[in-house]
Amino acid sequence: MKIGVPNEIHAGEKRVATTPEVIKFLQKLGYSVAVESGAGAKANFSDEAYRQSGAEIINNTKSLWESSNIILKVRAPEQHPDLNVDECDLLNEGQTLISFIWPAQNESLIQKLSEKNINVLAMDSIPRISRAQKMDALSSMANIAGYRAVIEASHYFGRFFTGQITAAGKVPPAKVLVIGAGVAGLAAIATANSLGAIVRSFDTRPEVKEQVESMGADFLLLDFVEDGSGEGGYAKTMSDEFIAAEMALFTEQAKDVDIIITTALIPGKPAPKLITKDMVSSMKDGSVIVDLAAEQGGNCELTLPHDVNVTDNGVTIIGYSDLPSRLPTQSSQLYGTNLRHLLTDMTPEKDGQMIIDMEDEAVRGATVIKAGQITWPPPPPKLSATPIVKQAEPTPVVTEEPEKPTLLRQSLPLIIGALILYTLGSVAPSSFMTHFTVFVLSCFVGYMVIWNVTASLHTPLMSVTNAVSSIIIIGALIQISSSNTLLAGLAAFGILITSINIAGGFAVTKRMLDMFRK
Amino acid sequence: MSAELVTVSYIGAIILFILTLGGLSHQETARKGNLYGMIGMSMAVLATIFGPQVTSNTHLIVITMLVGGSIGITLARKVEMTQMPELVAILHSLVGIAAVLVGYVNFMGGSGLSGIEKSIHEVEIYIGVLIGAITFSGSVIAFCKLSGKISGSPLMLPARHWLNLGLLIASIYFGYDFVHQGHVGGDPMIPLMIMTGIALLFGIHMVMAIGGADMPVVVSMLNSYSGWAASATGFMLSNDLLIVVGALVGSSGAILSFIMCRAMNRNFISVIAGGFGTDTGAVASGTVEDQGEVVPIETGEVASLLQNAKEIMIIPGYGMAVAQAQHTVNEITKTLRDKKINVRFGIHPVAGRMPGHMNVLLAEAKVPYDIVFEMDEINDDFPTTDVSIIIGANDIVNPSAQDDPNSPIAGMPVLECWKGTTTIVLKRGMATGYAGVQNPLFFKENTRMYFGDAKESLDAVLKELQ
Repeated sequence: MKIGVPNEIHAGEKRVATTPEVIKFLQKLGYSVAVESGAGAKANFSDEAYRQSGAEIINNTKSLWESSNIILKVRAPEQHPDLNVDECDLLNEGQTLISFIWPAQNESLIQKLSEKNINVLAMDSIPRISRAQKMDALSSMANIAGYRAVIEASHYFGRFFTGQITAAGKVPPAKVLVIGAGVAGLAAIATANSLGAIVRSFDTRPEVKEQVESMGADFLLLDFVEDGSGEGGYAKTMSDEFIAAEMALFTEQAKDVDIIITTALIPGKPAPKLITKDMVSSMKDGSVIVDLAAEQGGNCELTLPHDVNVTDNGVTIIGYSDLPSRLPTQSSQLYGTNLRHLLTDMTPEKDGQMIIDMEDEAVRGATVIKAGQITWPPPPPKLSATPIVKQAEPTPVVTEEPEKPTLLRQSLPLIIGALILYTLGSVAPSSFMTHFTVFVLSCFVGYMVIWNVTASLHTPLMSVTNAVSSIIIIGALIQISSSNTLLAGLAAFGILITSINIAGGFAVTKRMLDMFRK
Repeated sequence: MSAELVTVSYIGAIILFILTLGGLSHQETARKGNLYGMIGMSMAVLATIFGPQVTSNTHLIVITMLVGGSIGITLARKVEMTQMPELVAILHSLVGIAAVLVGYVNFMGGSGLSGIEKSIHEVEIYIGVLIGAITFSGSVIAFCKLSGKISGSPLMLPARHWLNLGLLIASIYFGYDFVHQGHVGGDPMIPLMIMTGIALLFGIHMVMAIGGADMPVVVSMLNSYSGWAASATGFMLSNDLLIVVGALVGSSGAILSFIMCRAMNRNFISVIAGGFGTDTGAVASGTVEDQGEVVPIETGEVASLLQNAKEIMIIPGYGMAVAQAQHTVNEITKTLRDKKINVRFGIHPVAGRMPGHMNVLLAEAKVPYDIVFEMDEINDDFPTTDVSIIIGANDIVNPSAQDDPNSPIAGMPVLECWKGTTTIVLKRGMATGYAGVQNPLFFKENTRMYFGDAKESLDAVLKELQ
């Protein structure tokens, strides 16, 4: 089968659906590849590079669309500005289109596409299951968007991200708040962190706390328990009380931080408004807000989608919706690889024949139209990337229960110990108590000294303590001068065997220790 | 030498012993720690010999110490590193028997005390002998188990917990009888001897009931007991040096056992109470299900796998000790490291038959200790490991510890070698490990079985590599 990669015609779109590197893999799957002349130019892939990797370069848009069995694109089909024809109309019977489609938002497009006997796979509908991660274009793009969001912010921000003490004075580090710790949020955290900023993050899903912390940010917590994990590893809408608590947190944070990056999205819903006008006006002059949810209406009330605006108090609000396209080489490469993985999955025989297997959960999820039939929405994925089982558990009850018995269990030995000591103290003579004091103190010294022993030294430690415990030889020595021959003999035997132990123990420890070397 | 000078020497010895234990906690200071121990011991012994309590029979001291010392040094020189666990166990038994002897001698010599002081003194003797006897018989059994003279599998007597309880109650009763007889003028020797017999039985039963994989804990527990025995003797003789040093050894041994139990995710009490795992252990062990087929591999393939890898993890187990393969392992490691391959060692806390057993063997073969890692340090690195070589280890790489809640080793942390690209298992045959559990690792797709004696197999691989 032949794969065709046309020019992206959306205004400002710099990405391309395949790269020379990916083409080599596609050929190994048995496909031949044709690329429209200049398709990769904006992403820094020349026609020559494509040609060298074995692709055919076609100048005429229409003939490319006509001659291909599979069309790989980034953006969904739209009106072609040069040819004055809709890309949907360029598709022919039996062809397969793979691109971003956004079926939920583009119902009319789906209708239009379904009028033809074609197959359409939406890269944005790949389910979030572990197996399909390598094809998850949303994650690849979100990763890039998160990175670029920080870069854009730093571009408008008038200071360093990292704190420095220079000859010309002290520079405080920038404080960055990342709201929403999905793929984009985590990428933003990592990028801001690597630039040296103090990064904080908030998310309604408590299970991402660990991920946030692993990327080097502080996870902000609310004094409020509600799990925001929705189906498929995405977030869900929260209760009013939760939102109130959340807003209070943001109000407080807005006064403190220099940069806010919002990535909060709930699938199929407009983006939640998290940063109000008041919060923006409380921010410092020169602060920057990057709103990654701009396309879905924005997390900030003042966001202008696709644009940058500066408020009266000097806060720059960036509402770019094309962040991945602003890193075209990187995003084309990742997107191309995602497509390649999907095609690998769909070409089990590696013979260049694509099969749409509706039993394959990843392919099923992506397929929105099969042979002219609309198959969207797919059944919900069986497995989530993150465990959602926890939701059902009444967490506060579970955490409290085991604590009480442990407290009791911890204090019980102490109480018993105290009682025994007290009984002992009331009957024992003072000479015994002196020895006893020494004994107890020594136990503690032993405990303190040993607690941090290196595991590799366990054996030498045991052989040396064994030698040391032969101190019992003193007991035998003291009694050897007994006038009773039997007793003296027994004591002598005691000395004999403990001497074996002393000499043997220390010597073998020395032998072992001499072997350890760096 | 006056009594005061002796006390001063004892204080010096105590300080040196504390420094010994402290020094042994870290590689850099360990050698110095051992030296402190020797000095401390010499100081204590010399001060006692020249002190006021030793008045005659000095020639006996000199003879016995010379004989004993030379036996000890010969033992230490001759012992193979693989036999370390046995040596340590048998040395523990010596401390135990010494405690029993000292107790008897002290009792027979008479104390000249009366009233409550006499009772306390007798209780001290009783406890000293009790702990000494348990240490002695327990250590002897541990020695036999470790050296393979008796089977390593746990002896599960019916109602063994009740049996232990019965023995404990009997000991308490005879303890009472012992003190009582002393006051009414009867013969306290009889209850003392009966108790000694009971304690010996108790020590035997205790160690017999403990399964093979728990042996490291037992060895360190016996170490702890030998300390408590010394401490009890100190009380009996009103000697602070013995009390302090005994308590130091006792608590350090107890903590060591506790650390190891924690590393194995096992309950301290249940290890001591005996038996591997709970009752399910006996049922589940030995059930060999049909788990699929193993894939054998030849020497040439092993060598080429190793040469083409970038990250290699070596996981040694008791099999390496048995086959004496540590030197060959070191040679292979050197050869591979010269080829810029990153070779590391992953040591499970209970690999081998005593704590730190593998570290000692690798150190003997001169493997640098900075490429030897503990399980917790490297367990996350397996997904990026190209080849893991399992040398004679079984239970510590058993995935059923994680997957199968009914497995007797369920919950024990294991080295997750199956997450790497390829795992090569060196084994003599398809026998189960010490815990008697079948290992699904061998049947995994990315596992290759390399059958044969570990030493011979590795020698062949080494030749191929060079």
